[in-house]
Amino acid sequence: MSTSPAPQIDAPRSGSAPTNFEPRIIAYVCNWCTYTGADLAGTSRLPMAANVRIVRFPCTGRIDPIFIMKAFERGADGVIVSGCHPADCHYNAGNYHARRRFAVARELMIFLGIDPARITFAWVSASEGNKWAELVNETTERLRAIGPFKDYQALRS
Amino acid sequence: MQQLIEVARQLLTDKVVDVVIGYEQGAFGVRPAFISDVASCAQLIFDNRCVHNLVSYLSPRRTHLAHFQRKAIVAKGCDIRAIAALVREGQLKREQIIIIAPRCGGVGRNASLNKPQQLEVNTVAPRCANCTVREPRAASAKDTAEHKEILADYVVGEVQAPPPIAVDRDARINALDAMSIQERWQYWQGELERCIRCHACREVCPTCFCVQCLADKTQPQWIESSPHARGNLMWQFNRMMHQAGRCVDCGECERACPVGIPLSLLVGKMAKVVKERFDYQVSSDPTVPTPIGTYNQEDKQEFIL
Repeated sequence: MSTSPAPQIDAPRSGSAPTNFEPRIIAYVCNWCTYTGADLAGTSRLPMAANVRIVRFPCTGRIDPIFIMKAFERGADGVIVSGCHPADCHYNAGNYHARRRFAVARELMIFLGIDPARITFAWVSASEGNKWAELVNETTERLRAIGPFKDYQALRS
Repeated sequence: MQQLIEVARQLLTDKVVDVVIGYEQGAFGVRPAFISDVASCAQLIFDNRCVHNLVSYLSPRRTHLAHFQRKAIVAKGCDIRAIAALVREGQLKREQIIIIAPRCGGVGRNASLNKPQQLEVNTVAPRCANCTVREPRAASAKDTAEHKEILADYVVGEVQAPPPIAVDRDARINALDAMSIQERWQYWQGELERCIRCHACREVCPTCFCVQCLADKTQPQWIESSPHARGNLMWQFNRMMHQAGRCVDCGECERACPVGIPLSLLVGKMAKVVKERFDYQVSSDPTVPTPIGTYNQEDKQEFIL
């Protein structure tokens, strides 16, 4: 990521009034379960909100909590973090390690004043296309209600 | 103090160590000292101004001490836990160092006083509250194989009276926890606003041992380096993620902070989280794995859908 101020995540549409606010959501997913599950949701033609942009990782164990903060910094209103269910990790234990890290990161974010409702943690397997579609829709609905993350976006850089 | 000087003298005379890391009187109060010749041993002191955690000099990041092969260090009971943290993380081998542990009666917050003063509730270092390691134990022949805790090689000084108990930090953390999300955001933004990004909190920390810090990386730049709100928040967030389960709660970050950000609240919160979630407690036993470096299949996951 460069230091230049430009790269904001482009909004689905540029609504300024809260009534037609569309949240920008970044999803950090693991390659083996959730990405494939999201793919299944797509090929199954499940209706999903178009607010989510997926970033694919080899494993949830690769997802540093600083990525979540970076998403907020670059203008995201919400973040989804998802990977293989416990005991299903392609690398055996990546998601167990990630789970501990996310638990600490989440409590730290809450302590720093970041609304935990802006972050959805989930386990979605490759066969759970339905769960993924629901997750996306629920998260989008929730963030529509909460509104844009103005506090973070207003921070001076 | 005489005992401390004699031990140091002996170690240097016998060439057991090349340097003794301790405390000496400086122009403004007490400062760290690196004694490598027998004649200078008389400079060593230990009193209640010796609040510094010298263990940060043992971190492999401190390359300016690398030319000393073997080191002895004056480490209070609480500092020994930092040595254990470095051994736990594979940054140091116990055999590489000689620990000289003074008996401690608590230390003050201010190292810059010209002479030691009676500790009061508002001058005693917060970490001295409920301290259980003021009387360090020396290793004995019986302790070898099965004893896991890091013990001192030499225990020096007189037995001291306990210090007064300082303000309860947990109460301040609980007060923050009781606030609304918005209030906490405002609180931390107000505190972090003063940050000048001097990174003193990192430099003084014994468990900040990365050779290259993420905050110094510019390609990609994860943490904005200018002292503005966005980078300040990201910096402390990242530091806390690295310190969770590593921090030995010496409070040096808060003491070193030139603008008085209450960093001990952040590390205190992290300590609470790892205690409650993973049942991890800071100790001088280096064989206990760090909570973030390990896992349990039964870990709580109430926040994951």
